[in-house]
Amino acid sequence: MKRSFHGKKGLCVLLVTALLGMAVLGGCADGTGESSEDNSSKESTTESTQPDSGQSDASTESNDSEESTEVQESGEESGSEGGSASGQAGDMYGGSIVVGVQQDIDSLDPHKATAAGTSEILFNVFEGLVKPDENGNLINAVASDYTISEDGLVYTFTLRENVKFHNGNVVTAEDVKYSLERVSGLLDGTPLSSTLNAIESVDIIDEKTVQVTVGSANTELIYSFVAAIIPAGSGEGEAVDPIGTGPFSFVSYKPQEGIVLAKNPDYWQEGLPYLDQVEFKISGSADTALLELQGGTIDFYAYLTDSQAQALQGSHQVVSSPSNAVQALYLNNAVEPLNDVRVRQAISYAIDKEEINNFVGGGKGTLISSAMLPTLKENYVDLNDTYGTTANVEKAKELLADAGYPDGFDLEITVPSNYEIHMQTGEVVVEQLKAAGIRATIKAVEWSTWLDETYKGRQYEATIVSLTCDMTPGYLMNRFQTDSKKNFINFSSAEYDEVYTRTQATLDPAEKAECYKELQKILCDEAGSVFIQVASNQTAISKKLAGYKFYPVYVQDMSTVYFTE
Amino acid sequence: MKGERSGAKWKKSIPWKSSIPYNKYFLAGLIMTGLAVALGVVGFFWTPYSTTAMSASEKFDPPSLLHIFGTDNFGRDIFSRVMKGLGTTIGISSLVVLISGSTGILLGALTGYFGGIADEIVMRITDAVNGFPSILLTLVIISLLGSGRQNVIISLGIVFVPSYVRMVRSQYLKLRDADYIRRARLLGVKDFRILFVHILPNIFSVFWVSVMIGFNNAILAESGMSYLGIGVQPPEASLGNMLSDAQGYLQAAPWYALFVGMSIVWVVLGFSLFGEGIRRGKVSE
Repeated sequence: MKRSFHGKKGLCVLLVTALLGMAVLGGCADGTGESSEDNSSKESTTESTQPDSGQSDASTESNDSEESTEVQESGEESGSEGGSASGQAGDMYGGSIVVGVQQDIDSLDPHKATAAGTSEILFNVFEGLVKPDENGNLINAVASDYTISEDGLVYTFTLRENVKFHNGNVVTAEDVKYSLERVSGLLDGTPLSSTLNAIESVDIIDEKTVQVTVGSANTELIYSFVAAIIPAGSGEGEAVDPIGTGPFSFVSYKPQEGIVLAKNPDYWQEGLPYLDQVEFKISGSADTALLELQGGTIDFYAYLTDSQAQALQGSHQVVSSPSNAVQALYLNNAVEPLNDVRVRQAISYAIDKEEINNFVGGGKGTLISSAMLPTLKENYVDLNDTYGTTANVEKAKELLADAGYPDGFDLEITVPSNYEIHMQTGEVVVEQLKAAGIRATIKAVEWSTWLDETYKGRQYEATIVSLTCDMTPGYLMNRFQTDSKKNFINFSSAEYDEVYTRTQATLDPAEKAECYKELQKILCDEAGSVFIQVASNQTAISKKLAGYKFYPVYVQDMSTVYFTE
Repeated sequence: MKGERSGAKWKKSIPWKSSIPYNKYFLAGLIMTGLAVALGVVGFFWTPYSTTAMSASEKFDPPSLLHIFGTDNFGRDIFSRVMKGLGTTIGISSLVVLISGSTGILLGALTGYFGGIADEIVMRITDAVNGFPSILLTLVIISLLGSGRQNVIISLGIVFVPSYVRMVRSQYLKLRDADYIRRARLLGVKDFRILFVHILPNIFSVFWVSVMIGFNNAILAESGMSYLGIGVQPPEASLGNMLSDAQGYLQAAPWYALFVGMSIVWVVLGFSLFGEGIRRGKVSE
């Protein structure tokens, strides 16, 4: 019989396979549990690149209303607390490091990349006229100075002397004009940023001065000028051979593996960067990353779970910082029964945010009840009293009964499976909803599937992810306008739209902050989604490295990192 | 089949009657699988603790008298979840074997007995299916159907069919020209009766071994798929997805991976021994 040899030999093979499987548990994604003849394949779909057709741009350069997909996860990095060593003493030049990242990049073209996971890397390659610093302020980059006219309609940028592209050419006013026109859609009619599409004209005043005229005043628009400056005429070529002005230049990119960057010797900031080479390596999961950190094949990883971080205490520098992402159980407001505000409120009452924080974030997250980051201080209002931070099952059941669902209902929660924190949150949420009679199930999907079907296609009931943001509050709030392309939860409130329009119109910061607070309140009262927390981020850094800066946006700045030994 | 008139030949070949192989492989396998199945069945109705209720205060309790396998990252009793997981895994595997085995018998019997063009077609299809690594094929099917319990059963059921078809077909090919079958044909016995009453019982002893092997493969495949996150979805317990969870806590809670991993080894080893016992019993006959 064909199969009979399986007898004794097969038995040994099975045993060995099983034991090996256990031994190398974390080793590889398809580690264990496969019979010996099944070993040849593994999930290959996880992070396929998905060149995003035209719409939107990288999150670093975005501001208000744009449809990019910087949805992210646990791991965003940023923040302020702690930080790693920052002394300048004994700076050491040279060396190369490997940085673990969680997902493949979607495009090397800085204007077309949509995923936050891409912009965190490209931050090292590209710069805009201005760029964010670690305190959340804008600093001048390609521009050495800028002025904004009184009415907020004319921006005048003075270019920095001798900023060079990676190809050796000096950045000229032509390049700036080209880049801004490309992003704003003046070039070919398709805006790649929906904030900079406010640009009406870009004029070269002289060799070193560029004047930008916009159609309507927006106090937050300056943050959008972080849009990458690329060589004039480079266009689609950027996606193949990206050329920017950042501290590192592009060397190579292999899909599913990673991207290698080398030091830009002509970088305009004196003394930076320190490292000769930085490799961003895609680690399939946080578990893999943990093993790679322990094995020393990666030196840096920013998205550890709390328990993993504890395992690395001692062998690595482990720093906790707030991720700048709003983790929520996002509800599709357009599907039954979630289109009933009472049902959404019931879910809000049923969720115990403190428990989630304890289980998933080691108690280090910041609980929230609306879409604003508490770190955007003057614009944030604490609404945690609305539904409470612990479960109120009676209230939830009452509301469900009111809405006509006394026996609860079925709910499918779509979760991108590469994000451990969201998968775990999902498990806790399912259990909490059960208490209120809601029969929830988890549907784990690939990240690319999530982007296509859930985010862009809006084919889902509920989903758990984190949404990142840039430094402007408008960025977080514009998503929930009824007709926003980014409004993947189909939130619809005339009042919200009206207040948002008002927010955009005002130039007075105090009034603007009040408007944002009102927006948060509407979003919370309408229970647009169940906003859970701003998770804390656990970053592990090799003990040999120092100088890493935590940003309040989703980027990994490697230019200040250096070896201490 | 009971009550059919029959030659001594098929009586002898009923595995659960005369030819129960009382060798040490068989007994060890019987005990191990028996225990696993019993735990799984009991787990279906009752577990010491809830398999989904979470408790922050009991997070990562090491094995103790209260929780003999310890608790996991959500403070859930691992033993209870292993019981549930065994039930899930063995249940799915049983259905997979049932689907693929019965389809295999049907197709194998028809093609082996009648041969001809249908035989060619079916054989080429099974060749094609065999040409793919089975896990790849299940991934393809899962990506079409979506993940989840039923889809795992369906996809594994499909993937495992060819091995049964080939095995059954080869037996039918061998037996269709046996003297007693020729005689039956001469007596005018209908084809259907020859297929399933005269020949089928005679291949059971061989079939039984491949069922055991198939069972093992199904268990491993199901665990593997759940481990990869495309099988049984959390919070529902399955040995595979528990193992996948556990690997994140190798340092914090080594008992988690250990007990879940051991459970998989236990079941697979049990069924392997079981199959081996039957095979040896048959050989010694």
